[in-house]
Amino acid sequence: MTRNQQIRWLVKPAVFLASVAPSAWLVWAALHGQLSANPLADVTNETGVWTLRFLSLTLCVTPVRRLAGWNDAIRFRRMLGLFAFYYGSLHLLTYVVADRLAGLEFQNGIVAWTTARDLVATVASDVVKRPFITIGFIAWSCLLPLAITSTAAMIRRLGGRRWQALHRLTYVAASTGVLHYWWLVKADVRRPMVYAVIVGCLLAFRVWRWARAASVPTMRRAAA
Amino acid sequence: MLIKRSSDIRASEITDKSHYLNRRQFLNAVAMATAATAAGPLSSETLAASNGAAHGKKLANVAKGAFSGSGDKINSWNDITSYNNFYEFGIDKNDAVTNSGKFVTSPWKVSIEGECEKPGVMDLEDMFKGETLEERVYRHRCVEGWSLVIPWVGFPLVNLIKKVQPTSKAKFVEFTSAADAKTMPGVRNPILRWPYREGLRMDEAMHPLTLMVVGLYGEVLPASDGAPLRLAVPWKYGFKHAKSIVKIRFVEQQPLNSWQQYAPNEYGFYANVNPAVDHPRWSQATERRIGEFLRRKTLMFNGYGDQVQSLYAGMDLRRNY
Repeated sequence: MTRNQQIRWLVKPAVFLASVAPSAWLVWAALHGQLSANPLADVTNETGVWTLRFLSLTLCVTPVRRLAGWNDAIRFRRMLGLFAFYYGSLHLLTYVVADRLAGLEFQNGIVAWTTARDLVATVASDVVKRPFITIGFIAWSCLLPLAITSTAAMIRRLGGRRWQALHRLTYVAASTGVLHYWWLVKADVRRPMVYAVIVGCLLAFRVWRWARAASVPTMRRAAA
Repeated sequence: MLIKRSSDIRASEITDKSHYLNRRQFLNAVAMATAATAAGPLSSETLAASNGAAHGKKLANVAKGAFSGSGDKINSWNDITSYNNFYEFGIDKNDAVTNSGKFVTSPWKVSIEGECEKPGVMDLEDMFKGETLEERVYRHRCVEGWSLVIPWVGFPLVNLIKKVQPTSKAKFVEFTSAADAKTMPGVRNPILRWPYREGLRMDEAMHPLTLMVVGLYGEVLPASDGAPLRLAVPWKYGFKHAKSIVKIRFVEQQPLNSWQQYAPNEYGFYANVNPAVDHPRWSQATERRIGEFLRRKTLMFNGYGDQVQSLYAGMDLRRNY
């Protein structure tokens, strides 16, 4: 087996399974009474935290390539990014169902068009009214176009340069995601602070690289 | 010219011996806090099945009180003792049951202070000597938007107040909770200013619904739920229910309760359950009753309006949140 084949047939499936595992475990634990007395709150919290973990991992790919020279890391970036979207979407879905849908009145029963209408209204008003929901929704909205344009065909259609520019939205998603976590905690900000530091370092790495790249040509010109 | 030079070390700068001896403990605490922070990315909330507190001694002669049948389905012992905010033991819901093993609740003394005729330190046993313990099933609504139905055992606070005879200057009662860093690991984390303080207006404290709780499900109250002595004020949000009370003080001025001190725009002094007044960050219109999927409509004064609304006649409850 070549190195290429190893990555394709062994490492990638292993990373895939490891990435699905937290969600599979959550579903199993929720159904088997292994979560707290308020399992819906646990699922909401956990899927949110896993979104930040996968966003952080995705942002690690470029630093790992540049600093450690491990170029194969690029082959996992799309999968990690899509898992960030997967957990972000599960997080949003849990909120919509367990927090918003479960709080409706259902004057015509649950299966009724009024339910859909009321659900859209209650989610929209919450997104508009509550800053931590607003910013969380912005974070998810940044990930949506990235997931849609994650295929090779879409990269070709957009062109590498435009595709890359679009996918810098990851930076916005990660930053707003951390803010969303920070704004929702009641008192102890240590957990969101951990992600603020991680995402902060990963973004600072980009700034440092750009600053260096910008200064190098001028130096060369000066030397010539 | 002679310039008078102050001595190198002023008396006020000399480290107190007890602090100096505490340095090692402090360093240990810092090391633990650092380790906990480093473990942060790996953990979020400690997820665990709802293993409730160990069962306690059965309380003798518990009468069914006037409010013992509310028609609500009572939550299980496990749900009540494992899903609970008690930050002195940690910030996760099950920290109270997990981390309260070393907490000592007997013997227990309560200091009665301030504007009353009979101040002094009372043994817990003396405090409810001659009281008939009664079971009361109360709805318990947390400010976070969840609720439980709990069979408390206790006696009305008003009985204790009458014993210690507050003076005419006593307009409020302040409750102080235990804050022993050795047995309450959450106290090492300075998120709130310990000890935890709460307060009630005199008429609220003397209201027949206000209960000094010593038991749960007919048993001695477990440490996770505020043993050996806590408050139940069912028309107010959960954070008003001071736990593990060590001091009761009668005062003239409205006391500053811990959560109001932490975030005055989010948590007020009154904290009456009110579906019309949202928390700045979330709605209070509905709540999740633990064990249910659909959220319930939150009731004004948590459904105890008939009993308590006269206390707030003419008050703007939007401003006095």
